[in-house]
Amino acid sequence: MGMAFSFILVVILILIVALGVLVPGLQYFFAVVVPYAALLTFLAGMVMRVLKWARAPVPFRIPTTTGQQRSLPWIKASALDNPSTTAGVIGRMALEILLFRSLFRNTRLELHQGSRLAYHWEKWLWLGALLFHWSMLLVVLRHLRFFTEPVPGFVTLLADLDGFFRFGLQGLYISGVTFLVAVTYLFLRRVLIPQLRYISLPADYIPLFLLLGIGSTGILMRYFYRVDVTAVKELTMGLVTLQPVVPDGLGMLFFIHLFLVSVLAAYFPFSKLVHMGGIFLSPTRNLPNDSRARRHINPWNYPVPVHTYEEYEEEFRDKMKLAGLPVEKEG
Amino acid sequence: MALPKPEELVPKSYQPPPTDWMDIPVKFRRGTYLYGARAKNLEAVGLPNPREWSPEDEDWKLPANWQEIILEGLRERLGRFRSLQIFMDCCVRCGACADKCHFFIGTGDPKNMPVLRAELLRSVYRREFTTAGKLMGKLFGARELTVDVLKEWYYYFFQCTECRRCSVFCPFGIDMAEITMIGRELLNLVGCNIDWIAAPVANCYRTGNHVGIEPHAFKDMVDFCVDEIENITGIRIEPSYNRKGAEILFIAPSGDVFADPGIYTLMGYMMLFHEIGLDYTFSTYASEGGNFGLFTSHEMMKRLNAKMYAEAKRLGVKWILGGECGHMWRVINQYMDTMNGPADFLEEPVSPLTGTRFTNASSTKMVHIVEFTADLIRNNKIKLDPGRNDHLKVTFHDSCNPARAMGLLEEPRYIIKNTCRHFYEMPENTIREQTFCCGSGAGLNSDEYMEMRLRGGLPRANAVKYVHDKYGVNMLACICAIDRVVFPALMDYWVPGVGVTGVHELLGNALVMRGESLRETDLRGEPLPVNDGEAKEDA
Repeated sequence: MGMAFSFILVVILILIVALGVLVPGLQYFFAVVVPYAALLTFLAGMVMRVLKWARAPVPFRIPTTTGQQRSLPWIKASALDNPSTTAGVIGRMALEILLFRSLFRNTRLELHQGSRLAYHWEKWLWLGALLFHWSMLLVVLRHLRFFTEPVPGFVTLLADLDGFFRFGLQGLYISGVTFLVAVTYLFLRRVLIPQLRYISLPADYIPLFLLLGIGSTGILMRYFYRVDVTAVKELTMGLVTLQPVVPDGLGMLFFIHLFLVSVLAAYFPFSKLVHMGGIFLSPTRNLPNDSRARRHINPWNYPVPVHTYEEYEEEFRDKMKLAGLPVEKEG
Repeated sequence: MALPKPEELVPKSYQPPPTDWMDIPVKFRRGTYLYGARAKNLEAVGLPNPREWSPEDEDWKLPANWQEIILEGLRERLGRFRSLQIFMDCCVRCGACADKCHFFIGTGDPKNMPVLRAELLRSVYRREFTTAGKLMGKLFGARELTVDVLKEWYYYFFQCTECRRCSVFCPFGIDMAEITMIGRELLNLVGCNIDWIAAPVANCYRTGNHVGIEPHAFKDMVDFCVDEIENITGIRIEPSYNRKGAEILFIAPSGDVFADPGIYTLMGYMMLFHEIGLDYTFSTYASEGGNFGLFTSHEMMKRLNAKMYAEAKRLGVKWILGGECGHMWRVINQYMDTMNGPADFLEEPVSPLTGTRFTNASSTKMVHIVEFTADLIRNNKIKLDPGRNDHLKVTFHDSCNPARAMGLLEEPRYIIKNTCRHFYEMPENTIREQTFCCGSGAGLNSDEYMEMRLRGGLPRANAVKYVHDKYGVNMLACICAIDRVVFPALMDYWVPGVGVTGVHELLGNALVMRGESLRETDLRGEPLPVNDGEAKEDA
């Protein structure tokens, strides 16, 4: 149900923009108003979300330790999987954010011969996730060429490297292909693995369909129904310089592409996609395991009722004396 | 209650049912749920809504405004714990955690996939605290907090052992233990604890330990072990209790004082301390290392843990040494100093024998006995005869908390390798940071819960069976008192022929003590298989 709902939702979005741009005057709305609103929503939403997280304190130091602690000098500590220093934490976080270290541990459980459990190699999720996120980053960086003039050297360099292979006369951007392949894989596993399908919500399918829509319109525009790049750049530079104009010849595919990107951006801060920011703040990953060596402060630590030794002795004094246990007070 | 046969207990499949999980109400079937907290145990520590009730009852006798209480409690905790906010907001339902939970593996129940167990709370969070959830409801995985939802929380938050295995695999480090802990706190706000946690908490608050042993009885029990040690070694040990001016306060889990086979571990501790002449004292007031408060609420954890520092201060010791216990060390490593410190009246721990400074404990001033003993062995301060453990083929179970909330992985292995000659590791996906829970942790080790405990223990038992079949392993070593209490039943059921031991029991057996008589039996009173030549001549 979630999948059908999400699919229909994205189809409706596409219909809205496809029909909308046919109405005179609405082109400005879809090319200028919607992107600005989406960008503002994205920025304000993410800032508010992160501030909301950051305002909540971290009362306890609760890293999940996934390696040997630092204890005795002759026992080799696992500096990255169980960091005891800030440098170690930075290393751990870098591995987590750049290489998805935890996902790399993934295994798949199988039951053999009725009762034997076995844990199988399963790096596909890790590979798919890594491929998707890195492709996405590359695609976003490549798009900077639409928003800068002159285009910075590193963007051109990235585009040149990315487009090393040829498709017809054009450079074929590998990142575009891997992006679509990875999103398709992530979608298929969500549908085909029964447990995953069982836990999936519309909120899990919506971003996938949006990304599929964005990716395929992008590829169609670049390789099949060529978009007027000059017109696009005129629009994007107008947006960047806050002097928006809507040039002719942008084309239907472009409007769909831009609208889906806008929807995704506006949806981002209110969805699970906030994991992009959340990963930096996860207390089981971003803290050193050093709370025995350095005291961690809980800002809301409050006094609690305790059963004092005096109360304890008061109750058991006679029994303690009979058993020859030392007491503070004799009677 | 008769238990199903092992082959009947293994899930037939892990396929989820056709019905959406939100439409499957929870069923309280004997053997798979834990009894509700008795009124007297809640009253003893001033917890709300004390009453007599059973989870099987239709009416849970909740306060009239129970929803308000829980939602206000949730709001308060969202403000207090960044972890909770991140864990509520960031899950992408990638499913990496799904088959990592021992309860999922043992039951096949989809609500035991950590992701779905977290959704039990997350769905209510969405409904009450997010715009999308308020507007879109069930379509966005949001639902109202009803009595059925509360019952589901009770069933599944007390079907999670807070072992943190899922959080090892989660790309965002989402920790089900944290969600369970907070879920249980919320349940406690309306009096829905389990009695197996509430009773130890009440006991511990009053008598200092979970079992409710009063001071004179505590001394009796330790003295019983002293007699046993004398019978076996000919050496009379004289431990002290509540002694002011001792250098070290020693705190063990009370399970080691009263329960078989934990008492052999206690004997091991005491033999070691005697042999090295350690200036230490037991305390009858701080006579519990474990902390069932951890399984109740952060506040209760703090209330029970306070005794450790209070007693160390009263007795004027220099530092604290802690016994082999799992969740006790989660509390000490990640909470104690923050909650009840600073321990500025204590000194940075230094081993009086080796001079080693435990700089990793310079603030809490509390050292794990396995760290302490590994250091002794490394510096040749004790003489060991591993041959006395030759009848044992040992494997080591990493207890969840020392592994995943501390990283105490090599120290116990070092001791085992120096006290035993036959040591075999279980498969790598089941040890160290990936270790499987015993299935009875976090306060679930009650008899009425046996069927579920056996299910939860399946993956661990399976790994033991692997080394049992392959190498003939007959002894499962561990550094957790709950492990020692629960593993015997688990092994008898899944892998008959495997015993359970603490690491310091192995040490006690191997320890060559000055002036000891020839050992004819191990600490359990069982004859040693190969005595030295003298013994054979005597025979």
